[in-house]
Amino acid sequence: MKVALLNINLINPAQNINNKNTSILLEDGKISKIGKLSASELKDSKQIDLNGKYLVPGFFDMHVHLREPGREDEETVATGCNSAANGGFTGIACMPNTEPAIDSAEIVNFIKEQAKDHLVDTFVIAAATQGRKGENISPMAELYEAGAVGFSDDGVAIKTASILKRAFEYSQMYDLPIIEHCEDESLAGGAMNEGLNSTYLGLPPIPSVAEDLIVGRDILMADYTKGKIHIAHISTKKSVEMVREAKKAGVNITAEVTPHHFSMTDDFIKTYDTNGKMNPPLRGTTDVEEIIKGLKDGTIDCIASDHAPHSPEEKEVEFEYAPNGIIGLETQVGLAFTELYHKKILSLDQIIEKMSINPRKILNLYIPKFEEGEMANFTILDINEVWTVDIKKFRSKSQNSPFDKKLLTGRSVGVINKRKMYLDNEFIEI
Amino acid sequence: MPLTNRHLLGLQGVPKEDIQLILDTTTTFREVLERPIKKVPTLQGKTVVNLFFENSTRTRISFELAEKRLSADSLNFSASASSVNKGETFKDTIKNIEAMKIDMVVVRHAAAGTPQFLTKICDANIINAGDGIHEHPTQALLDMYSIREKLGKLDGLKVCIVGDVAHSRVALSNIFGLITMGAKVSVCGPSTMIPKYIEQLGVNVIYDIDEAIQENDVLNVLRIQLERKAREYFPSIREYSKYFGITEERLEKNGKDVLIMHPGPINRGVELSSGVADGLQQIILKQVTNGVAVRMAVLYLLGTMN
Repeated sequence: MKVALLNINLINPAQNINNKNTSILLEDGKISKIGKLSASELKDSKQIDLNGKYLVPGFFDMHVHLREPGREDEETVATGCNSAANGGFTGIACMPNTEPAIDSAEIVNFIKEQAKDHLVDTFVIAAATQGRKGENISPMAELYEAGAVGFSDDGVAIKTASILKRAFEYSQMYDLPIIEHCEDESLAGGAMNEGLNSTYLGLPPIPSVAEDLIVGRDILMADYTKGKIHIAHISTKKSVEMVREAKKAGVNITAEVTPHHFSMTDDFIKTYDTNGKMNPPLRGTTDVEEIIKGLKDGTIDCIASDHAPHSPEEKEVEFEYAPNGIIGLETQVGLAFTELYHKKILSLDQIIEKMSINPRKILNLYIPKFEEGEMANFTILDINEVWTVDIKKFRSKSQNSPFDKKLLTGRSVGVINKRKMYLDNEFIEI
Repeated sequence: MPLTNRHLLGLQGVPKEDIQLILDTTTTFREVLERPIKKVPTLQGKTVVNLFFENSTRTRISFELAEKRLSADSLNFSASASSVNKGETFKDTIKNIEAMKIDMVVVRHAAAGTPQFLTKICDANIINAGDGIHEHPTQALLDMYSIREKLGKLDGLKVCIVGDVAHSRVALSNIFGLITMGAKVSVCGPSTMIPKYIEQLGVNVIYDIDEAIQENDVLNVLRIQLERKAREYFPSIREYSKYFGITEERLEKNGKDVLIMHPGPINRGVELSSGVADGLQQIILKQVTNGVAVRMAVLYLLGTMN
């Protein structure tokens, strides 16, 4: 099938492409021409006038909880991929804290099998230790062979320094990153950030130093072993500063931040709304300011949602008993454009780097190119569209979002990948 | 003039006029408690549920008695901290109780914010009888009433809250209420039991108990919750009582006039020596009596609002 996307702005900082007012022709999912299309080239094609919208390399979210296997009532690989497509992503990486944990080739294969026919590429981050228990490293060679793209005990940090050391050493054979949820176990277990708000609210606090201690430990260990470390959902001022220094010192380190950690503070919890409960918790203003600075100066490499679906009966409970996490795939693009692009913190190129190019680089994945003969892998953006978040329209199986009814500027209009197109709420084969 | 809020969730943000109204109304009910027939028909036909998800004897019976004295129908519901353990969600439990047509809920729960959560899922008036380490507003109201009864005022008084401030809902409610009423509030206890950001609430921190005794008009001494995690926050009971316990010798030396209060139950020999607990400077049992009157006032003011 021939598809002509007309009147587009084509942007790909990885190739230094910035072509305004152009068109692109796809044949059977491959790019066959970029530029002005002649009448004969347009013949028999499905023509879509995109009216000045932006075409960028497909967005990639490297921190998603798909809940399958184990909690299919909250999300499945299929619904998670639908949610990703609706949110503007052509690729995701899923975390291994499922039930059972993703710590064997069989489970990696199972997830890949579930995802294989979907538009969205699903990559698997496997457990760093067996059963995520922190006692023995997982079978990393076998996991790598099955297609795992990184290792993490997400939900918790790798328990001890000795196991961490081995994980770094072993994973280096395959050049895969160790992705760490940084939180000191003995300081964990609270319900919100320690600060003035936790004092007012009487909620058990999680001090920011719980994160900083493990970021510090991991930097030292990555430096010592020459391992590759990626800090998941960074949330504190000190941690951002430490990552900045480590990068300067040549440590092989990268970091991601979630949209809620750059756009919200723990003020949100004043009403005990459990959609403000996540781990790491929402922090204070000085933390958010440092995160913004880190996004700007490149200390923070990418934006990832930490999409964490939970059922309403689990979230509609007393704050302290509610599980951590919110869904984020379908609000990430809007929040990034509203809070970072339109507030002139990041340029369009920088947004694309942090949401498409860098996550793929970190996981050693192919970066989509705009070239004749390449498979089309795009996100189509309307960066100025003003829209209101409506959780009822989400494709995710869960609705635990603090952003319902929020007015955002900028959204994904559609995505194209694997000879499939998602446009106007519909998947079609192309 | 009615109260500004139809619930009593805590004392944070409650205006001075409201606290004043509750304390003034308490005086009326305090008088009822001295009558031979200690009952008024004020809340006849109203149903109050005492929803206790955490063990409590004195607060529960104090509320129950207050409800009976006001002629309300009261119902007691006790459950372990999380009804989810029994397969029913908290929300379903509440919806079921609400479906029985009740007017007011008195709630005690181990999780902070539960009363706020109740206001979202239930139409009854909600009274917080203690939520986690957050607030316990009726305790603070009865403390303030007792201080006012004894010393004639709250404005300008110096009140120190002594003990495990970090894990105390009594402390936080007292801090909010007393500051609103113009008192100068300080806290005294081992530094591990003082919340990191407490000074931003407008209170002073004192680590020397003798200084606290000397400097204040009132010491509200908290119970060290030996059965809870509190024990991990100081080296030993012996060390705690030696450096923070209030004894006759300490009072003799530094504070002959200071008023001693305690929300109970007392660990004799830990936070208060027996001599102090039974001494002339304390009003501990007065607090208990006033507790019933304060709760009557709160139930009355909220129950007759709508």
